[in-house]
Amino acid sequence: MLFSPVLSPQAMHIPDGFLSVIVSIVLWVISAIVVGIALKKTNNELGEREAPLMGILAAAIFAGQMLNFSVTGGTSGHLLGAAIAVILLGPWPAVLVMTSVVSVQALLFQDGGILALGANIMNMAIVGVFVAYTVYALVSYLFKKQSRGIYVAGFVAAWSSIFFASLFCALQLAVSGTSPANISIPAMGAIHALIGIGEGLITTGALVLLSATRKDLLRGGDNKPASNKGVIIGGSILVLALVALSPMASSHPDGLEWVADQHGFIELAKASLFQIVPDYAIPGISNIALATIAAGILGAVIVFSVAYGIARTAIPTSTQESNQR
Amino acid sequence: MRELYKNVGSRIHQLDARVKITLTLAFIIFLNLTPFKAWPAYILFLTLIISVALFSRLSFGFVQKRSLMVLPFILAAVPLTFTRQLPYVLVPVFQGIEVPYSPEGFERFASIAFKSWISVQAAIILAATSRFPDLMNALMQLRVPKIFISIIGLMWRYLFLISEEVIRMMRARASRSATMPGSHPMSGSIFRRASVTGGMAGSLFLRSLERSDRVYAAMLSRGYNGELPASEATALAGQDWWFLIIGIPLLAFLWILGMLTGG
Repeated sequence: MLFSPVLSPQAMHIPDGFLSVIVSIVLWVISAIVVGIALKKTNNELGEREAPLMGILAAAIFAGQMLNFSVTGGTSGHLLGAAIAVILLGPWPAVLVMTSVVSVQALLFQDGGILALGANIMNMAIVGVFVAYTVYALVSYLFKKQSRGIYVAGFVAAWSSIFFASLFCALQLAVSGTSPANISIPAMGAIHALIGIGEGLITTGALVLLSATRKDLLRGGDNKPASNKGVIIGGSILVLALVALSPMASSHPDGLEWVADQHGFIELAKASLFQIVPDYAIPGISNIALATIAAGILGAVIVFSVAYGIARTAIPTSTQESNQR
Repeated sequence: MRELYKNVGSRIHQLDARVKITLTLAFIIFLNLTPFKAWPAYILFLTLIISVALFSRLSFGFVQKRSLMVLPFILAAVPLTFTRQLPYVLVPVFQGIEVPYSPEGFERFASIAFKSWISVQAAIILAATSRFPDLMNALMQLRVPKIFISIIGLMWRYLFLISEEVIRMMRARASRSATMPGSHPMSGSIFRRASVTGGMAGSLFLRSLERSDRVYAAMLSRGYNGELPASEATALAGQDWWFLIIGIPLLAFLWILGMLTGG
């Protein structure tokens, strides 16, 4: 029971506070660019059908994440859904669907942070989808002759999407200096290697049903291989980079230069601030602890009254009416 | 699964959603820019967010209970306490086994946990005081692509319907898998359990694909041309400007305080 919250897809939704602002913003920018490309490609392919199809499938994936089956001792297998989305829709629409899911979870259900949303989109909607597509394409190519190939491919793709997304997530935490790389990378990797099995089993089960009922849908992944070449290249680079980087980062527990750099930056900014505000203790109280407590209470009162003030006073009656429409 | 929005009609509820999104983001950014161990600043950030929650007339228990959902992730930062960050002391826990406990590392861990807890409260207030259409309109005016807003809008419209479908499926599964008390909640081997759940996922996606075809046809027959009708952009009211003019410098002030006190 203790591990059941950890062994669920929620274990990959990074809340705010865990990523440094620089890492968050860099990942926001990268995610925004990739999602922009996905919007363009999907719009070209689906046209005005895009919104209803993507919207309803995103709702289905979000709701489908409630599906679980008990594994053992209170733990349960869950679905994240990146792989099944890739297999049904192809990579670019899957990026959009997963981005919508992750965004709604962050914005309306606080599952994952708002500043960390860029990172969560990166992990679950971009790394998850790219890796799943690359692995699915590769494995189903290897099993070309056998009809069971898609099941194996689906299982491996689903497992890899979870596993590599979690490695990337652990690297982000390590670079932000919030979780030591030599612990977070093996731990995240191991936990998600297990979660990935649940994901793989559910994905395979879904593929068995879909190939028995609507086999035509399962070609979604490979109907336009030319336009998806970029995804395969991107996915391969991600897999190789993560495989290479993870052991390297793990052997430098606190040594990622980034952390040091940021620390240096903070020291620099602090030094300059001290020059502007040389002494901020309350005059007249000699005891340092007392002065700190007094300053704290004073600060809390000021903050509270400012919040009270703007909440209370600055309300022209006209806006009240216009907002009650 | 339930919507967080509660219409209790406070000043915060009436605020323009653009202002609320901007201030929430500014709050989280300034809080996260604050260095580790800046406890006085953290307390002030916490005071601020609790005051806003009170003025939003959200119940204290509701916000706090909801904010507990960051708890599992905090495990990721726990190892900071034990990773031999200088200076550390070796604490014997069991015969011959010593754990390197680092007060410095512990304080970093506590800072991360505290920041995370305060940040999620800001996000809760944003979601609990803004109606979904207002949020979407605000995002559109903040230059999020229109097509993406349409996708999320349609997703929201069907989310609760489809999640009830999932709950019905799970109820059906439970009612068809009778077991002895004390044994597994579902019968059969793990592969059987997984394949049953997989079948449920497959049929969920199948139904949703078919539903999307019907929805698209219905939308077309009502004159859909690729864009959902959006409401007009309105200018920010005086009250909204006040919140921005006072809010952002206040947050910046708390951040500067954090830079001075943190380490």
